[in-house]
Amino acid sequence: MARTAKKSAPRRKRATAAKGAPVKRIVKTNGAYDTQRQVEQFLYRQAEFLDEKRWSDFIELFANDGLYWMPASPEQTTGEGVPSIFYEDRNLMTVRMKRVTHPHAWSQSPAWGTSHLVSNVAIEKEDPRTSELIVRSRFHMMEFRRDASRHFAGTYRHRLAKTKDGYRIKLQRVDMVNGQGPYDYVLQVWV
Amino acid sequence: MMQDTVRDLGRFVEPDRVHRSVYTDPAIFEREMETIFHKVWTYVGHETQVPKPGDYYTLLIGRQPMVMVRHEDGRIHVLYNRCAHRGAMVCGALHGNTGKAFTCSYHSWQYHTDGTLESIPLPKGYEGTRLSPGSPEFNLKRAARVDSYRGFVFASLAEDGPSLLEYLGDAKIAFDDMCNRAPAGEVEVIPNCFRVIQHSNWKIFLENQLDALHPSVTHESTGRAALEVEHDIEKRNGKAPLDYHYLSAFTTPFHKWDTVQTVNYPNGHCILQGYMGLRPQDPDTLAYEAVMRKHYGAARTEDILGVNIHHVLLYPGLSVQSPLQQLRAVRPLSVDRTLTEIWHFRLKGAPEAIYRRALGYYNLVNSPSTMVNADDLENFWRCHQGLASEGGDWVSFHRHAGQDDEKDGVIMSRWGTSEAPMRNQFRAWTHYVAGGR
Repeated sequence: MARTAKKSAPRRKRATAAKGAPVKRIVKTNGAYDTQRQVEQFLYRQAEFLDEKRWSDFIELFANDGLYWMPASPEQTTGEGVPSIFYEDRNLMTVRMKRVTHPHAWSQSPAWGTSHLVSNVAIEKEDPRTSELIVRSRFHMMEFRRDASRHFAGTYRHRLAKTKDGYRIKLQRVDMVNGQGPYDYVLQVWV
Repeated sequence: MMQDTVRDLGRFVEPDRVHRSVYTDPAIFEREMETIFHKVWTYVGHETQVPKPGDYYTLLIGRQPMVMVRHEDGRIHVLYNRCAHRGAMVCGALHGNTGKAFTCSYHSWQYHTDGTLESIPLPKGYEGTRLSPGSPEFNLKRAARVDSYRGFVFASLAEDGPSLLEYLGDAKIAFDDMCNRAPAGEVEVIPNCFRVIQHSNWKIFLENQLDALHPSVTHESTGRAALEVEHDIEKRNGKAPLDYHYLSAFTTPFHKWDTVQTVNYPNGHCILQGYMGLRPQDPDTLAYEAVMRKHYGAARTEDILGVNIHHVLLYPGLSVQSPLQQLRAVRPLSVDRTLTEIWHFRLKGAPEAIYRRALGYYNLVNSPSTMVNADDLENFWRCHQGLASEGGDWVSFHRHAGQDDEKDGVIMSRWGTSEAPMRNQFRAWTHYVAGGR
């Protein structure tokens, strides 16, 4: 994995400007390190958009054909033709955004907020031809709503495409540990 | 004090209003469990939920933990999930396959999947005691009555009372309509249950199901948002997927809702006519209709597809949307908490595209990320909180009271927004809590 990343990543001038022999070795591994760091920053930014309720910025992180998918059960391998908790393209995501920002979205009126933590970020795969990445991470989301807290935790699996504007999400799969249990109320927006 | 409250529940229900206690008083809730949920037919599940011997699914009937299980001879049994020894539940999981026997996790008493006792470990020690292994007392107790209609299994915990068919009455159209729409005349459950808990009394959910007055208010935000995106897609591509229409239909104005009739039966069941116009003339529908004609002939196909219903409510615990193959079972947990179990079905023999419609509705409207029920749940909670207050004692069901048509006990609303379904549910409620069957 590290080897492919090394090949495709451009050498960075700034790194080579440092002095001494060990620097050369660092330069060689910098590509993978940069990719890891960029991916992490991308995931953190996505989580921030949710917590700051920047819905259109959140949607913009998805490729035009990108999908946000929360399977109904962990065994599912595709969202096509099977029940899902979320299975949304950008059009459906736009419906959700317009709904939650509508002044008469009654269930949105009590004060609510979320806090996401994203960690354990691992690049599972990098396609040497398309440079698409499969990135696995763990999340924990606390939601506070009308004097009560709920917790949701699980795994994100992002398929990311590299574009001239940075990464774009082709598919985000969200497997929640507590997704199988009964829901007190429902999920209003993406987790 | 509590006894006084429940003695004469009839005084809480008047023709056009009900007292708030019926939603908030825990003693009345207990009475409902006893006189309604432990007596009437309760939807247990679909036969295809337990296809193989040993397959089981657990559920609540009123206060009782039950298990539906397929026996080796193919029959389905509904048993109390309670070991005859020390009372432990024999099934701890929601569903699974138990093989040939249920084995209690506490002392290993084993039962056949028809509930009969198979073995007790260390049988020595019971000689001369009152335990006799052949006695039904030491089996897993069976629900008093189990019956099914077109694959939908019901159980009643009361030995006597109306048969399942009598109980369903004309509302059996819920299952006929769903199954007839399948070229093979049968449906198959999709083995996934979405479970959502609402923080309100169970009756608030049932009243909402057939309340044509609420959608354009409660679901305005989602209706408008979907309509905007639907138009936007139409501008770009000429036509938008039917999914958007499921949501944008909530922008239907009040006067249109008034044209939708409700038909209300004496035992609380109610049929709400369709309003979504779910018979488009796209290639998928035409292909499906061709398959239907091949199975049923042209005239019968027209009869089947011409049935125009949106919801059928089977009082007190089931809401069926037959044209979209959805079903919601209502399981009251306590006076202010209610679980709904939501399923959808595949029409056997119909093209995949038709299943995708049911799936689209299931994902968008009935999943735990629903943009529709989100606002219903908010209202249910608000209602329950408000009703617990002393700001007023009565709930108003005055809309078009005394203005519906009644024939042979069946009430037909003249206006879709008539609160006839709620008044009618309380007609049944009053009958049941007074001990009626």
